[in-house]
Amino acid sequence: MRYTFVVLVENKPGVLNRVASLFRRRNFNIESLAVGPTENPEISRMTIVVECPNGDTDAHRLEANLYKLVNVIDVQDVTHLPTVTRDLALIKVKAGPERRAEVNNLASIFRARIVDVAPDSLTIEITGTEDKIESMIELLRPIGIIEMARTGQIAITRGTQSGIRRMPGLSNYYETTLDMSEVAF
Amino acid sequence: MKKKGAQILWEALVREGVEVVFGYPGGAIMPVYDAMLDYPIHHVLVRHEQGAAHMADGYARASGKVGVAMATSGPGATNLVTGIANAMMDSVPIVCITGQVPAHLVGSDAFQETDVTGITLPITKHNYLVTRADEIARVVHEAFHIARSGRPGPVLIDLCKNAQFEEAEFDHYPPPIRLPGYQPVTRAPLHLLQKAARLINQAKQPVILCGHGVLMAGAEQELLYLATKAQIPVASTLLGLSAFPASHPLSLGMMGMHGEVHTNLAIQNSDLLIALGMRFDDRVTGVLKAYAPKATKIHIEIDPAEIHKNVYADVPLVGDLKLVLQDLIPLVEENDHSEWMAQILAWKEEADQRSIMNWEPDGKLHVPHLVREIWNATGGDAIISTDVGQHQMWAAQYYAFEKPNRLITSGGLGAMGFGLPAAIGAWFANKDREVWAIVGDGGFQMTAAELTTAVQEGANVKVAIMNNHFLGMVRQWQEFFFEKRYSAVDMLTPDFVKLAEAHHVPARRVTRPEEVQEALQWARQTQGPAVIEFVVEREDAVYPMVPQGAALHEMIQRPPRQRA
Repeated sequence: MRYTFVVLVENKPGVLNRVASLFRRRNFNIESLAVGPTENPEISRMTIVVECPNGDTDAHRLEANLYKLVNVIDVQDVTHLPTVTRDLALIKVKAGPERRAEVNNLASIFRARIVDVAPDSLTIEITGTEDKIESMIELLRPIGIIEMARTGQIAITRGTQSGIRRMPGLSNYYETTLDMSEVAF
Repeated sequence: MKKKGAQILWEALVREGVEVVFGYPGGAIMPVYDAMLDYPIHHVLVRHEQGAAHMADGYARASGKVGVAMATSGPGATNLVTGIANAMMDSVPIVCITGQVPAHLVGSDAFQETDVTGITLPITKHNYLVTRADEIARVVHEAFHIARSGRPGPVLIDLCKNAQFEEAEFDHYPPPIRLPGYQPVTRAPLHLLQKAARLINQAKQPVILCGHGVLMAGAEQELLYLATKAQIPVASTLLGLSAFPASHPLSLGMMGMHGEVHTNLAIQNSDLLIALGMRFDDRVTGVLKAYAPKATKIHIEIDPAEIHKNVYADVPLVGDLKLVLQDLIPLVEENDHSEWMAQILAWKEEADQRSIMNWEPDGKLHVPHLVREIWNATGGDAIISTDVGQHQMWAAQYYAFEKPNRLITSGGLGAMGFGLPAAIGAWFANKDREVWAIVGDGGFQMTAAELTTAVQEGANVKVAIMNNHFLGMVRQWQEFFFEKRYSAVDMLTPDFVKLAEAHHVPARRVTRPEEVQEALQWARQTQGPAVIEFVVEREDAVYPMVPQGAALHEMIQRPPRQRA
């Protein structure tokens, strides 16, 4: 299944490469990775969506291996928690004057905005969950998508609760909530 | 005070306690080699950079300090790679310093430019590209801190040439470390310690698995105390050998693919495994589905990423092994497992009947016998470094290690060519101790050029070449698993005596058992390095053997002796 991790790293050259290289090295497939600065200029925040075929076993492996990187400060698993998640897409569709109204209608249903109009194209900006963007894309596809850019998902937990830190021997989480013996090795 | 970057590097190395650096100069690191002349650190000129990394590795394992290797950019750095990977797999603290082209040329495919931080990213614990002189002091201090703390490992510093030339302030050392993401855990929580102690106190058939971590943490005394207090037998991984005295009644020797029969049977039949500083490598477990099925597992380990990686740990204790054991031992009750020990000894007696050590002399040289002869000659107290292959397993099986850090071998990576340079490195750590490199004819040829390094340094290293004119371990696998279709294993070897003599090393060839003792004494009495080539039985195999994909108790045992 898909897991979402929030990873705080030192804002230094090469750190993105270290993180990406780790996923490759440990044979995990990144679905999306978004990185940007935080309120602290020395810390960057990554939101990583990754396929974990073995569920929590893989999630643990990933977290523990991320911590082996000297530049990684904090890893939280927000998969199972209430979160606000957002993805942003810019979608350029092939639409002359005769289809502008149709596209505009679709955009307003999705609370998307038209940010560029040209004689035979429209560019739409949409933010939201991945699902919402996917549905928008499916509806625009028949009209003709010329090109598209997406930021990848970013996530933040609701309220003051932080994500799960799954470090064996370090957090009680391991002993109290997760029965790893159920997991096949 | 202003100093050049190259000077700051040496100032920092001196303050980190470095006494010896193994290296090879070249264009991109010349300012460092120039500045070196003014500092009290001994430099060992190797013959190939792989030798430098392995020497730093052998030095680190024998001394418990951080080993340092140095090379130039490009080919110098890439030649270090095998040695760095080796240190990574075996958690050995080394710091590698490589020259790099000037910062303004980085990325331009300049002469001898290679992306060394990129290449070594997955095989270092951490690495640095240093482009400015004012970064050097902090980076060196961090590198040594990272290399030696937590789960030790190699750290590489790629030092741009301009940073070596330029000047920066150098006032106080050590500079403050800022590593917000690096905080190794040292102690385990009490409730887990209590849970572990309860399991230990209740166990009927427990086994302690002693890994490299026991040696790395210096926890040999704690291990001895735990084992004797609760009367629990101790099985060792290859790298854990020498942490627990082989002559101790509770010692089971080596476990795993070429482990002792009774050791593997004990693990498979145990009800509790107490794993200390080991990572359940596939060479140790056999097929995981059938590994110690009845046993509860306590895993004490400094690296959280090793917990549950291969084997599920019922009680994970993450921390420094020495501290965790110190916390755990008071909670463990005195106990008696004499019934369990009797069972294990019965297995041992059964297996011993097949042992090659009980063979009548047949006029041929067998490596297990030679290892035992070396043990006899050295009083069992030498530092043994090995290469990789059959001789390595025989050395592990038959040199009964009594004292810590006496076996230096390439475990995780299995890097042929490790034996000789590692022995030279180990000698630098203990110049008054006897050091033997037990190597095969294949692996020795990979780094044989380091013989002259040994001569130039007066390194008192004895080399025992076990020459079967085969790549023996590969041949053994082809015999067992590929219907004896020998492919690329039959090896023409050079005249090792002449080869050694060409390197200014006195050498002898031994072909008959009655020559062995005298030759060993000759080597021991020779000043400086000496080489003995033992022409051994060609097609012997290492027994017992757990075939790949088999369970740990499904061992191929030595066939009964055919009478001639």
